[in-house]
Amino acid sequence: MTAYIMRRLLQLIPVLIGMTIITFAIVHLIPGNPAQTILGETASQEAIADLEENMGLNEPYPVQYGFYITDLMQGDLGTSLRTKSEISSEIWPRLAATLELTFFAMVFAIFIGVNAGIISAWKQNSWFDFLAMMFALVGVSMPVFWLALMEQLVFAQELGWLPAFGRELSGDPIAPITHFYVLDSLIHLDFPRALTVLKHLILPSIALGTIPMAIIARMTRSSMLEVMQSDYIRTVRAKGSGQFLVIYKHALKNATIPVLTVIGLQTGVLLGGAILTETIFSWPGIGRYVFEAINYRDYPVIQSGILVIAFFFVIINLIVDILYTYIDPRIKY
Amino acid sequence: MRTEEKQEEQQSIKDPSAYQQLESEEMEETSPWKDTIKQLRKNRFAVVGVVIILFFILLGLFAPLLTPYSYEEQALVDRLQPPSAEHWFGTDDVGRDIFTRIAYGARLSLQVGFFAVTGALVFGTLLGIVAGYFGRWIDTIISRIFDILLAFPSILLAIAIVSILGASLQNALIAIAIINIPIFGRLVRSKVISLREEEFIMAAKAQGMKNGRIIIHHILPNSAAPIIVQATLGFGTAILDAAGLGFLGLGAQPPTPEWGAMLAGSRDFIQLAPWTLIVPGVSIMLVVLGFNLIGDGLRDALDPKMKN
Repeated sequence: MTAYIMRRLLQLIPVLIGMTIITFAIVHLIPGNPAQTILGETASQEAIADLEENMGLNEPYPVQYGFYITDLMQGDLGTSLRTKSEISSEIWPRLAATLELTFFAMVFAIFIGVNAGIISAWKQNSWFDFLAMMFALVGVSMPVFWLALMEQLVFAQELGWLPAFGRELSGDPIAPITHFYVLDSLIHLDFPRALTVLKHLILPSIALGTIPMAIIARMTRSSMLEVMQSDYIRTVRAKGSGQFLVIYKHALKNATIPVLTVIGLQTGVLLGGAILTETIFSWPGIGRYVFEAINYRDYPVIQSGILVIAFFFVIINLIVDILYTYIDPRIKY
Repeated sequence: MRTEEKQEEQQSIKDPSAYQQLESEEMEETSPWKDTIKQLRKNRFAVVGVVIILFFILLGLFAPLLTPYSYEEQALVDRLQPPSAEHWFGTDDVGRDIFTRIAYGARLSLQVGFFAVTGALVFGTLLGIVAGYFGRWIDTIISRIFDILLAFPSILLAIAIVSILGASLQNALIAIAIINIPIFGRLVRSKVISLREEEFIMAAKAQGMKNGRIIIHHILPNSAAPIIVQATLGFGTAILDAAGLGFLGLGAQPPTPEWGAMLAGSRDFIQLAPWTLIVPGVSIMLVVLGFNLIGDGLRDALDPKMKN
């Protein structure tokens, strides 16, 4: 097991190097002079020369890449051109906001998706199965940002049930500790605030979680249908176990593997998809951070934001791979 | 529904005369593609998908005949009109007819889907075949590149590419094609690897057939099924991604009637004129749904396990 984890970690190295080459290339592949692009058309020659000097743009590419990697190793993600502050200190609160949103979106997606998939497989060809699968099909076909806008229209503006923007009430900011606001409110033992924060999470989590929910439901259903036809399930049934026990105790365990793969992949998709959801709900997460950076041509932020998200995606997939071996001891590496 | 059909077929096999009939039918239809189309026609969902896509193709093709308005001409007197007999889906914030923009937008979305998928399909298949067929270091290099590209959440990679190339519909299309290359590439590679060791490939080699001929005549036709399914489903995701990029302002630029960009332009009028948001969103959803239904149907039709 330890050997497997070590091997998996070693395999990550070329992927991580490749990722840094791509993010490095973002700044250097922009047509024309990067310093000019960053400073805009009206910049003076001196300003451009200064920035070129500062960014080391006069050095050959391999040397520049070397600088970039050395900085990254030291936790230096560069400086934002817009706010002039260190990206590494700016990024954590935003990353925490995104991770909190992603977590709740995934909880929603897994809880609804897995159960809907199980019931669909259990009651195959029933009206529930039909409706759930129709719903799942529509779910995977829906643009996330459009669903988000419709949620705002119905639940925030027409019905007024839930807040449409932000993470908390704007007049009453939280004193952040971990920057996970639900956790922070609980640490402060401020339960009404925790409730407010949770309310702010509902609409964006549902918007972000709908596509994964639909995919998980479809995957769970087909995976369960396959397992339910296997011999050992027939044996369990023959021994007189009740349907509920057969499904939740015996079948689900073996149906989990493909579902887990989908969950791992979808978490990464969520991190990327957050850019759209966060833009709509004014969620101060990393997706919106990158999006704003694109509008301001703040290339260091684009570069680092994308790298951080991709890094988390890789780590999540690693965790999923390791989880396989726990869930299914038949998988040996 | 499908199980019922299966049961029916199985029952009919028990009946000897029906069995003979079935056999003669099979004798007539030797082409696997004919068989697939037959299977697909039996699948009601897939038929619905085909109808949806045909509808949008016709809408896009005949857009100039279907509407008297232009998709970019502004009429400020008519701004934010609700749906009416004159303007079926209402008008937007500068008085343009939304139905007209949806119809012209159908052209764009279908074109984006087509070109992005074709690009990814061609390059992905080429790379996948080279990696899978020749193996060794070529395989290692190509597979590592796929790994790295797949290490990014796809929409994020598309955003990165567009931020390099500059925001336009064409660049969005290129970005979407690039993010899909490794998906096709991996699929083809794994199929080729499993085919490479098959006896009929060995036989072809023993007969002195050149690699190129083997690939074109044996490898490609035998790996077509999963590629076709992925291409159909990829059409839908490409359209979704293009709409997402358009919404973020990284795809089509105004006044292009791209559906995602239309949604971005109407955001501020969500309460005042909800139709400006509902119509483009439903259009995107229907087209993507159409491709997903066809893709699912094709997968079932091409899957030997689903046949008797």
